[in-house]
Amino acid sequence: MSLLEVKNLRTHFMSRDIDNQIRVAEALNGVSFDLEAGKVLGFVGETGAGKSLTAQSICGLLRPPARVVEGRVLFDGQDLTAMPSEELNELRGAQIAMVVQNPRTSLDPLTRIGDQLVRIHQAHTGGPLTASRERALEMMTAVGIPDPKNRASAWPHELSGGMAQRVLIAMSLMNRPKLLIADEPTTGLDVTVQAQILDLLKNLTQRFDMAMIIITHDLGIVAHYSDEVAVMFAGTIVESGPVAKIFEAPSHPYTRSLIAATPERLQMGSGAKLGGQPPDLYNLPTGCHLRTRCVFAQNICTDTPPNREVGTDHFAMCHFAGRLPESGA
Amino acid sequence: MTAPILVVEDLVKRFPAGRSGAFVNAVNGVDLKIVPGETLGMVGESGSGKSTIGRAILRLTEPTEGRITFDGRDITNIPAHKMRPLRRDMQMVFQDPWSALNPRMRIGDLIAEPMKLHLDLSRSERENKTVDLATRVHLRPEFLRRHSSDLSGGQLQRVCIARAIATNPKLIVLDEPTSSLDLSVRAEILDLLSEIRQQTQAAMLFISHDLGTVKLISDRIVVLYLGSVVETARSQTLFSNPAHPYSQSLLSAHLPADPKAELARHVLEGEVPSPINLPSGCTFHTRCPVAIQKCSTHAPGPQQIDDPEHFANCLRISDGGNRILSTETS
Ligand SMILES: Nc1ncnc2c1ncn2[C@@H]1O[C@H](COP(=O)(O)OP(=O)(O)O)[C@@H](O)[C@H]1O
Ligand SMILES: Nc1ncnc2c1ncn2[C@@H]1O[C@H](COP(=O)(O)OP(=O)(O)O)[C@@H](O)[C@H]1O
Ligand code: SF4
Ligand code: SF4
Ligand SMILES: [Mg+2]
Ligand SMILES: [Mg+2]
Repeated sequence: MSLLEVKNLRTHFMSRDIDNQIRVAEALNGVSFDLEAGKVLGFVGETGAGKSLTAQSICGLLRPPARVVEGRVLFDGQDLTAMPSEELNELRGAQIAMVVQNPRTSLDPLTRIGDQLVRIHQAHTGGPLTASRERALEMMTAVGIPDPKNRASAWPHELSGGMAQRVLIAMSLMNRPKLLIADEPTTGLDVTVQAQILDLLKNLTQRFDMAMIIITHDLGIVAHYSDEVAVMFAGTIVESGPVAKIFEAPSHPYTRSLIAATPERLQMGSGAKLGGQPPDLYNLPTGCHLRTRCVFAQNICTDTPPNREVGTDHFAMCHFAGRLPESGA
Repeated sequence: MTAPILVVEDLVKRFPAGRSGAFVNAVNGVDLKIVPGETLGMVGESGSGKSTIGRAILRLTEPTEGRITFDGRDITNIPAHKMRPLRRDMQMVFQDPWSALNPRMRIGDLIAEPMKLHLDLSRSERENKTVDLATRVHLRPEFLRRHSSDLSGGQLQRVCIARAIATNPKLIVLDEPTSSLDLSVRAEILDLLSEIRQQTQAAMLFISHDLGTVKLISDRIVVLYLGSVVETARSQTLFSNPAHPYSQSLLSAHLPADPKAELARHVLEGEVPSPINLPSGCTFHTRCPVAIQKCSTHAPGPQQIDDPEHFANCLRISDGGNRILSTETS
């Protein structure tokens, strides 16, 4: 049994339009993956692909009109989608922790950072205050905050972006989570700060035997910090597998176009046509959702493609996976 | 050698900081040169002064000190009304296409606007040229009648580029033009820019914090730290042989999208000091792993490295102590 098993997760946004007709945005369309303890899974895909929504659906952080309409999330064998919300709240922040893109908005501006760390420890683990304070200093040290004793009394607004992100990571670690979900943890930070934060996260997953999901649109981060990759498009994981295989032998046309668009591989003046409009979630094309953008599309693509195994632990959801011509994106 | 289209000498820009009489030392004596047709990349972390330099060149912010020569003409102090005809030769593209475009105007009028301002064309000439420009940036003509809210970020950035090239400028300053775009869209915009550069021979100052993008598009690159140029080199040279300790560490933090690429990491300790109280001597000395005593008192000037276009401002070039990595970055 894996630490996390996500099975056929479907999340929709339901609203009524001006004519009082129900409109449904099909944002997640059957997301399935497993994650073992100690492993890092990188989620990539363009803006709006559903990466954050996957994380929020797993953690039970959806707000109306978003709703999980189908699927199961097994964490340590427990089904989170069936769990009462108090129980789930207890689990989140303790066994499952989340680090988000904008650290400032996630910190309470009116509480000193040391007290915020203590508070989350008290809320979930409890025990004597002194133990929580000690744990806070220990975690601040673990995430590389210099002079933690003094820094504990700092206010959030006194921190730089990189330092605020470290505090958020320290906070996420307070209750020894088994799973850490980092949603664009370094987007907007400078590369040298990004390197510090990513090295830290990778190091922590190894030290504490945590599993980590790292959501990013940066293929450089995925290449160097994850063990496995899930490529998302229009609310579906279109390709998944070990990181080396995904880069060596990308088997879904969308993955190919993403990799071809990296500066390392881009040929200037090639007339690259790699992007395109994301499909309308209120009116998804039948069959393969990429088909209006895909250069390989054939008639059969109006049927939903199977998730083909193209190698060991390597899957791609395309009628022609494993049989695509070598070149072309 | 061709005469440069742009020469920036000893540019200084200080902003008042609060009421205390203190200053933000945003740009501290920057020299730059761009020849026609050349793309100069400018990299550095946020707050290193990239945007301020770009804005000062276009006189969107007044330089505190220094000289800016454009097309052989000293434009440092010319009054705003004389700046106006020059705008047609110097254009700018910003990071955020959403806020750069008036949402009430149609795309066609947005593209035509710079021509209306700067070129003496009849209405039909302008309309023809608008369609022509849309084609050149690969926008379908039907978009011309729409508003910016109907377009995606990538399409809007094409509109901004069309506006920037409408008057056949000699220099285009691009400030993080692809930073808000998704990877595939970014690739298309970079491709478009290289196409335009070939067609027009316009010089470009390409500002970005994304090292991979800058490497790809630039002929030469300058590296900034705390408002000073620390290194200048041809693009390939900078990545294969960075000489300044800061450039070495910056490039070592870059993550190529290839799991096989070896990383020779040297992650810097600490954070960039405040530009209000600049460190003395070499402003990098507070974080430099190979600093010596002299570094806190002497400001280094440019030292030539392996070729006549490669300079680094570091006191340890002469004794070879400037290497911070045991292995070379690649
Ligand atoms: N209230 C809403 N109603 C309808 N669709 C929504 C709503 N909120 C978000 N979405 C859609 O959900 C999709 C998934 O978004 P998200 O998970 O944030 O993408 P990512 O993190 O991959 O950029 C997006 O296409 C977005 O447009
Ligand atoms: N209008 C302004 N007033 C005060 N300080 C400014 C202003 N514009 C920029 N600065 C400061 O100048 C420095 C350089 O900023 P900027 O040129 O925007 O850097 P970059 O583009 O490299 O991120 C920063 O410390 C910034 O806070
Ligand atoms: S199933 Fe068809 S449309 Fe979809 S990715 Fe494969 S070839 Fe392209
Ligand atoms: S001058 Fe000194 S402090 Fe500055 S980069 Fe060179 S060695 Fe480091
Ligand atoms: Mg997101
Ligand atoms: Mg800037």
